Amino acid sequence: MTTETLLEQSIVEGVLATAMARGGEFAEIFVEDRSTSSATLDQRRVEELTSGRERGAGIRVVVGDTTGFAHTADLSPASLQRAAEAAASVARSGGGGTVTVALERHRGHSTIAQELPSSVDKKRKIEMLLHADEVARSVGDAISQVQVALGDSSRRFLVANSEGTFAGDHQVRTRFNVSCIAAGDTGMQTGYRPVAGTRGFEMLSPERIADAATGAARQAITKLQSRPAPSGDLPVVLAGGSGGILFHEACGHGLEADAILKQASIYAGKVGEQVASELVTLVDDGTVMGEWGYLAIDDEGRPASRNVLIENGILTDYMWDFLRARKEGRTSSGNGRRQTYAHLPLVRMTNTYLLEGSSTPEEIIASTPYGVYVAQLGGGQVNTTTGDFVFGMTEAYLIENGEITTPLRECNLIGNGPDVLKRVDAVANDFSMTPGTCGKDGQQVPVGTGQATMRLTGVTIGGTAA
Amino acid sequence: MSDLLALAQSIVARASGSEQIEVFVASSTEVDVEAYQGAIESLTTASSDGIGIRVLRDGAGGAQVGSAWAGSLDEEAISDALREARDNVQFASEDEFLAFARPDGVLPVSLELVSDDIERVSLDEKIAMAIALEQAVRHGDPRIRQVDSASYSDYRAASAIASTTGIAARYARTGAYLSVSPIASDGKDDQSGWGLSAGRGPRDLSIEQAAEDAIRRATRMLGATKPKSRKTVAVFDPRTAASLMSIIGGSLSGEAVVRGRSFFAGRMGEVVGSSDITLVDDPTDARHFAASIFDGEGLACRRNTLIEDGVLKAFVYDTVSARRAGTTSTGSALRGGIGGSPSAGCRALQMTPGQLNQAEIFEAIGDGVFVESLSGVHSGVNPISGDFSVGITGLVIRDGQLAEPIREATVASTLQRMLQDVIYVGSDQEWLPGSAAGQTIAIDGISVSGS
Repeated sequence: MTTETLLEQSIVEGVLATAMARGGEFAEIFVEDRSTSSATLDQRRVEELTSGRERGAGIRVVVGDTTGFAHTADLSPASLQRAAEAAASVARSGGGGTVTVALERHRGHSTIAQELPSSVDKKRKIEMLLHADEVARSVGDAISQVQVALGDSSRRFLVANSEGTFAGDHQVRTRFNVSCIAAGDTGMQTGYRPVAGTRGFEMLSPERIADAATGAARQAITKLQSRPAPSGDLPVVLAGGSGGILFHEACGHGLEADAILKQASIYAGKVGEQVASELVTLVDDGTVMGEWGYLAIDDEGRPASRNVLIENGILTDYMWDFLRARKEGRTSSGNGRRQTYAHLPLVRMTNTYLLEGSSTPEEIIASTPYGVYVAQLGGGQVNTTTGDFVFGMTEAYLIENGEITTPLRECNLIGNGPDVLKRVDAVANDFSMTPGTCGKDGQQVPVGTGQATMRLTGVTIGGTAA
Repeated sequence: MSDLLALAQSIVARASGSEQIEVFVASSTEVDVEAYQGAIESLTTASSDGIGIRVLRDGAGGAQVGSAWAGSLDEEAISDALREARDNVQFASEDEFLAFARPDGVLPVSLELVSDDIERVSLDEKIAMAIALEQAVRHGDPRIRQVDSASYSDYRAASAIASTTGIAARYARTGAYLSVSPIASDGKDDQSGWGLSAGRGPRDLSIEQAAEDAIRRATRMLGATKPKSRKTVAVFDPRTAASLMSIIGGSLSGEAVVRGRSFFAGRMGEVVGSSDITLVDDPTDARHFAASIFDGEGLACRRNTLIEDGVLKAFVYDTVSARRAGTTSTGSALRGGIGGSPSAGCRALQMTPGQLNQAEIFEAIGDGVFVESLSGVHSGVNPISGDFSVGITGLVIRDGQLAEPIREATVASTLQRMLQDVIYVGSDQEWLPGSAAGQTIAIDGISVSGS
């Protein structure tokens, strides 16, 4: 099935005409068909396998600064017409008359997945879960619990609008997580490793699964030796990969055009200004093939692109969706994304990363007399108005005399985005990326974040030790 | 809305002799109005339906279960889901504790959780409320320079659960919310705040309350600085205290306990907190926003006392976790939407109020920090180890009074210690949306990290 067959072109045109009939300036229909499946293994027990299927359409109409939106799970022409009328009701001035919408030739994209989840035998999925469990347990006797989760989704969508856009994509994503608990005299500690990509099952080789299982188990066991983290302002070295989330939160959200246009971001009006250390070049790039935030087109039909946001410390641009770009008389940067057809598109990141530098990770650690080495950052949160952010350190160590020493108990890092960007004083050459889920206004979308090992001259560590 | 229970029962009736089926059906309508600069920014009207089907088969070593869901109620979606659920069963491990809920004789309480004002109040009036809220905040204080978002939203939801084990439950609820987040500025510094008013219907809402709350929170934070790192008393306001209670409630889930993932495991009957703490999960209290007649498996909700005068009294269970623990369900199955399977959890927590109000607590402790917002709760709290470290904003308490605002700080302790270190539970109980009611709580021995 191609995305085009989700809905016939004549029906799409009819719905858009109805949506525009009351004086709308812009109308769009987004049709989605999504299948998901998941399986979990908990303590060697295969818990239930779940399959899900969701289909529907969201229709929006824009008049001036007002958007009308309606969605329905019923794709019959009558139901779509009703949704179009509901969305158009915000155009109260009337309009009237007949509107015709002519769509361009359909531009469909197909998934880059080689082995589609739907083609994978469920038995094989279970074997993968069991394999991860076995590997994790073999790491050490302290491993008392292992949980493994496998999830995949296949999302076909079609998007068409009154300006002629008529495009579709098929996005296949696969995710495999291993969580371990280690028990010791000091209590219990957890370890976690995700493997995720906008790919099919070809991604999940036995080696990759074993790596994730080993990593999760080692992390939990190592943390049994952890002691309370220090409290206060310290130099922090972020290991390559998982630290990228800090830049996603600390400045990425503040560079989204919705926050900019409402003057709700500290970065509003700062294009051309030095906002970060010269070592910082920050990019949002939906085209990174196979990464968790990869897409051929965004959920408004715009091709994904590589957008440089900060170059050598200077703010170069923001991220844009259709609506915000239209207001500013420019084109979208391919950052219009929505969780499902039942959500309005928002300005969202895709894969956000810092370009690597020229130091080596070893040099950076060796030149840090005292500080914290963060091997894995957990989730975080930011206030875009103040730039203040918080992050969990799920695996961290003390750096003493230029060497990584004691593991630290979990705690939060806290800082201020604009401030931290200026505190980057070393960037290494070991770039890697990590998958994550980004939440905004109640919508969750998959994103990638990345960076190389780097050092911040000072961040507040929220530990309990003096 | 058609009769959801009849639909659920008609699918249950398709069960073959060797299988059991449980069907959960949900249907809802919603309105969401976002206002900006005195006009509508967006208006969403929508309805959604969904179905979740679980199939269970008994084998020699216990039962197996498989499930499937669909985002619509048409016959094709339903039969596809049933077929998928049946196919999924064979791959699950056999588990002797696996079972669907059976009626347990506890009668459901009668609760009024529906307000017909959801339909009685016109869309135009709802739009007017969102705009009035936005304007009230924008013009409510000269220091407010922007209203980032202001919204009115409501929903009506109905659902039904039926099973071959005799469950037949149906219920409906409505909810309405006003929410606003402004930005205040003093020329040098920007700060955000948010205000909320929630009820079962639009007539229960207060524009003034949401607006005043948002303005106060945003303007009061202007000029905030990093506090000095120290160990002190942290006083949590009702909203942040409610978040803390929800976290504690997560560890009181019998499921977390039987899986060895709760720091409360093995401590039944022990003193786990200060004698000021009495915590109950009571979905039968209609004042609680999360009040409910039935749980996620269709059993009657009931009042469960979890901690009494600091002593651990009970955990909450759904059917499977109860069987695993050798007990019976406490009517505490939660269900995360149509795709989710039931799991045990607290639904409507509340603490027994103490003697002092907020101002009296400030006076009693003299010096400390007042916590008005938490951040990084999902990353900074480990319910297994109990490690707790979250970002806060708030104000310093000095000589029993609120003093200067603080930001970019964290508070840290462990959940175990925090429960023991509660020194005051406020009398100012507040009913908030979410799984816990709130009141002011003062906790000693908290590490504040700043500069």
